Amino acid sequence: MIKVDDLSVNYGAVRALREVSFDAPTGQITAVLGANGAGKTTLLRTISGLVKPRNGDVHLDETNLIGMATENIARLGVGHVPEGRGVIEELTVEENLRLGALSAKVNLAEGLSEQYERFPVLGERRRRHCSTLSGGERQMLAMARALIARPRVLLLDEPSLGLAPQVTAQLMRTIRELCENEDLTVLLVEQNAKSALRIAHRAVVLHLGSVVANGDAQSVAADDDLRRYYLGVVVS
Amino acid sequence: MTAFLSSSFMHNIFGGLATGVIYSLVALSLVIIWQSTHVLNFAQGAMAMLATYIGMTEIDRGIGYWWCVIISVVVGMALGGLTERVLIRPLYGKPEINPIVVMVGFLGVLEALAAAIWTSTTRNITEPFSQIYYQDHGHLVFLSAFIVFQILLAIGIMLLVAALFRFTKLGLQLRASALAPEVSRLLGIRVGRMLTIGWMLSAGVGAVAAVIVASGNFGLFPTDMDGIFVAGFIAAAVGGLESPIGAVAGGLLIGLAEQFILAYWSPNVAPLGGIIILVLALMIRPQGLFSKSVNRRV
Repeated sequence: MIKVDDLSVNYGAVRALREVSFDAPTGQITAVLGANGAGKTTLLRTISGLVKPRNGDVHLDETNLIGMATENIARLGVGHVPEGRGVIEELTVEENLRLGALSAKVNLAEGLSEQYERFPVLGERRRRHCSTLSGGERQMLAMARALIARPRVLLLDEPSLGLAPQVTAQLMRTIRELCENEDLTVLLVEQNAKSALRIAHRAVVLHLGSVVANGDAQSVAADDDLRRYYLGVVVS
Repeated sequence: MTAFLSSSFMHNIFGGLATGVIYSLVALSLVIIWQSTHVLNFAQGAMAMLATYIGMTEIDRGIGYWWCVIISVVVGMALGGLTERVLIRPLYGKPEINPIVVMVGFLGVLEALAAAIWTSTTRNITEPFSQIYYQDHGHLVFLSAFIVFQILLAIGIMLLVAALFRFTKLGLQLRASALAPEVSRLLGIRVGRMLTIGWMLSAGVGAVAAVIVASGNFGLFPTDMDGIFVAGFIAAAVGGLESPIGAVAGGLLIGLAEQFILAYWSPNVAPLGGIIILVLALMIRPQGLFSKSVNRRV
């Protein structure tokens, strides 16, 4: 479980996160929703240790992640798929996957075949440079690279960004399956509230760095005011 | 055949190769540091010189040649690692010109330091292989055991560097850390350690180049590596900073060009050889003759 407690982050005078608290339970998808600039990406980057908070704690089970180096947080089993996916374009598909497996002490051959089974298109393109991949393929690679390390927590930053609706739907199904089969704790940051709420168990809504709603996904999805004011979903 | 091998043409070929491999080694050290940190170390030559000077003081105390080589390389690596930790680490995230300026300054410091301690006269190491040219039925072939050793050493190091980056886990982590430091950290790679290792490996290979210069007929003096660094830098730019084979080929090409200009034109314009090749290479393939990637900023 990820427990975020009273987390505040400042960028200079700008308050990116204000006293954010919520729990992301194990084996569930917690959607983090909100408009541009709500602090969603900052939240994930703080959990990964890329951003130092001004105040507050983030616990992964019993371990406080605040103050730890990013690479050590990753080694604890926190997989972070950054915004824009972060595949290393100059490397091949397989080199990217090997990198994901390196620090996790998992069996590389087993991990590779498992990921190629899950994402067959990556197996077909394993020797290709990532600069030749499509947006959807890159997203799959970024996911596979995080999964090959057998993480306990998966932080996904806007996985649907730039993807066709069909690809997004497929991706969301994959995330849901992973969460159920692998007992992962997933934090899913999305602007696309509709598709995220469809698969999420819980949802946290951020607005200008503050939590404005926190509950199970269905009740957030059913709240017309939330949808209208914060999620940009047209209420029919 | 004998007449051909001892012709002045072949004399120039062998002489060019002998100089060229030194440029190749410097270029290789630049390929390593570029591949693993995306910084170019302008004090590479001076660091190698200092490491070799320290190795040479040990040889004065009676250790053998190979120990001197090992000490120089180890000192070079330590100096590289220390430089990264102390001088370069505080500059990450700052403008790219900063490490360049700092290392140009450091170059001057190192050369002045070496001259202050050991004076600025030439010093050399007695090499383990003969520098006497081979003879074939009374005809001189302008190739000595030492030149053969030099060439084989450069090729050996080139193969090791290529294998390191292509086949090993360490090589993959080094490349990833340079290409995408933040993503690498998110994958659990200890990027800080990779940068230090990159500097160490690069400085180690640089030290080999300086040891060879010191073992040659003309020896090594504190500012000796400046011109060699420039030629090695051009070799790396011509060959493509991503390619160990390109670095060696670039070095040999410049060595040969200098030698032929020296022989057929004038020793005074020999250093132009590198510049001419650089200009031609930049006109034909600006990304480097052996480089696959297209966009590169130096």
